[in-house]
Amino acid sequence: MSKDTVLTAIRRGLRRGPLGEDQVAGLRARLAAHPRHLIPGRSRVPHTEQVALFVANVEREFGTVARVPDLDAVPESLAGYLAAQNLPTEIVMAPHPELRAIPWASRPLLRIREGRAEPSDTVSLQHAFAGIAETGTLMLPSSPERPTTLNLLADTAVVLLRASRLVGAYEEAWDLLRAEIGAMPRNVMLVTGPSRSADIEQSLELGAHGPRRLHVLLVEDGGTPSG
Amino acid sequence: MVTATSPAFKQNARRAIGDASLQKALANSRPQFMARRARAVAALPEFEQLRDIAREIKDHTLAHLDFYLEEWESKVLASGGNVHWCHDADEARAAVLAICRAANARTVTKGKSMVSEELGINEHLEQHGIQPIETDLGEYIIQLRHEPPSHIIAPAFHLNRDDWEREFRKAHTDLPADRVFAERRDILTEARAKLRQRFIAADVGITGANFLVAETGSSVIVTNEGNGDLTQTLPRVHIVVATIEKIVPTIEDALSLLRVLARSATGQEFSVYTTFSTGPRRAEDLDGPADYHVVVVDNGRSAMLGSEFQPMLRCIRCAACMNHCPVYGAIGGHAYGWVYPGPMGAVLTPSLIGVDKAGNLPNASTFCGKCESVCPVKIPLPMLMRHWREREFERHLEPAAARRGLALWGWLARRPALYRLVTRAGAAVLGRLGRKRGRFRRLPFAGGWTAGRDLPAPEGDTFFARYDRIGHAHPGRPDAGEGTAGRGRAQ
Repeated sequence: MSKDTVLTAIRRGLRRGPLGEDQVAGLRARLAAHPRHLIPGRSRVPHTEQVALFVANVEREFGTVARVPDLDAVPESLAGYLAAQNLPTEIVMAPHPELRAIPWASRPLLRIREGRAEPSDTVSLQHAFAGIAETGTLMLPSSPERPTTLNLLADTAVVLLRASRLVGAYEEAWDLLRAEIGAMPRNVMLVTGPSRSADIEQSLELGAHGPRRLHVLLVEDGGTPSG
Repeated sequence: MVTATSPAFKQNARRAIGDASLQKALANSRPQFMARRARAVAALPEFEQLRDIAREIKDHTLAHLDFYLEEWESKVLASGGNVHWCHDADEARAAVLAICRAANARTVTKGKSMVSEELGINEHLEQHGIQPIETDLGEYIIQLRHEPPSHIIAPAFHLNRDDWEREFRKAHTDLPADRVFAERRDILTEARAKLRQRFIAADVGITGANFLVAETGSSVIVTNEGNGDLTQTLPRVHIVVATIEKIVPTIEDALSLLRVLARSATGQEFSVYTTFSTGPRRAEDLDGPADYHVVVVDNGRSAMLGSEFQPMLRCIRCAACMNHCPVYGAIGGHAYGWVYPGPMGAVLTPSLIGVDKAGNLPNASTFCGKCESVCPVKIPLPMLMRHWREREFERHLEPAAARRGLALWGWLARRPALYRLVTRAGAAVLGRLGRKRGRFRRLPFAGGWTAGRDLPAPEGDTFFARYDRIGHAHPGRPDAGEGTAGRGRAQ
């Protein structure tokens, strides 16, 4: 069997047999503890500065951010963004309870469909599990309430992120994921800016196969992930 | 496996240097890569420490590779995925084909994967009536041109804008022949529309993996275009093809490696899409593939373990070494003649296809050391190339004239008194002859050198003579007083 062939060849190269019980126990302990390595200092700042760092990084990576005071202000902000970009008002939205709780009726012109994205969709609204200040990155784990296609298929991807879900480093976002979701979702996407390619003469062009625009609706709910 | 033209490296290199279009592309692209990496590194004060951490993570993993692979497999199975262990390229091709057949696949979309190039997956699928479609923009055009990638992260490194326009007009005959490509964006937009249809129609999606995570059984891909994610999200079946050394123990280990990967590669702080995939779609999910397979391949890696080439298995395929290499910069990627070009290719290719076929690659180095200085996992690439030169010499693979020359030098170098006499005489004669011009255009027995460049004339003195005279005269220097020991080493 090829598995045995491969493992035997590896052990032959390493000049040893299978690991002893003590060594295996040590390695299992490392897996269970999954220790952090050095985390760059740039994101180890107070939460308000993390928010500012996140916004600056999203914008540097060609994304846009609209800061809104609460969920009630989302429909107006989104409608304004779509109008300014001259985009249609039909949206495919993640069936997430937090998005459903938004008072959409205040903007009746926004036509909203819930579910996964289809190739014909032009604007999607996704719900972010967490934001990472270090590089302006959104963490989007898949679930029935957060379909992966919403991150990829529409020309314009809008993502709602609560400021209280914004952390400094990638490791902190994974700790939230381990604590709140537990088992690994099928897919966890870390998204930093809109899709791009530099394959033609190393010149950067936005909108390769994924969204051409990434717009973050940052809800300033005043809290922090721990509190 | 892909046919190697590495044995014809010298002819390949000569052709590449005379290729005006290639030279234009190299002159345009290389400085941009170097400047972007330098900016990204300057913006992260901890970068050097992170390189050491990255190296330690990979060394730890390689030392326990069997354990981590089995842990990883158990996690893949627990999440509902399948693992196919393959010893070599034949087994891997057969495994991929069998999965595609079981899915009744007609078309297969592909994310960019160097190991898929190495294994010859596309050719194998085509031979069996299944159409593979490369979806990375650079891979898409080189598939249209029927050529291999010339760079491991920028496959179309060798092409200029007019090449793109010409190829698209030839391939997309359903579009108006008189359409205008006013901007690079128009080329991108056309490819996007063409490939969108392909993504939707495909039955199977094949990606590589930047990492496999033992803790969770995840495969990780890193892209900017989003093609890899469409490839692994839309079709019914997702196949990951990865080699055994892609494994890392934990999510935290992967995150630390990701911090140095994009910065070293494109000079981005983080790639646009970094995606962890774990098993097939869950019962309530609205999207994602119904089947998740990983074809995990050895194909020569285990033979590098325990050898002097083991550090090469730390490689995370960022391409910084080739982006900074003066040899790659002069000849591009195709001249190397197989899948992996540049310094990492010069070390890896002889390991995978044999030093008898690829012995020329490690010889094509100035040993300037730039590759090692930018490597995010600190692979001692010049030293590993030197090991290949030694192996090549031991196996009598070099031309007879080179062997005779080296043997003569070796004989002389073991006789210090004679060595100094001969070098002193040589330096004196050549120094006097070349005093006026400072260099030689032609020299007897050195035609191989002077055909391509001038030989600088010696200053009329040897290093030893000068060191005896000046070396001891600077007692303030830290190495002063060690002249005898230093000379002892040289002998």
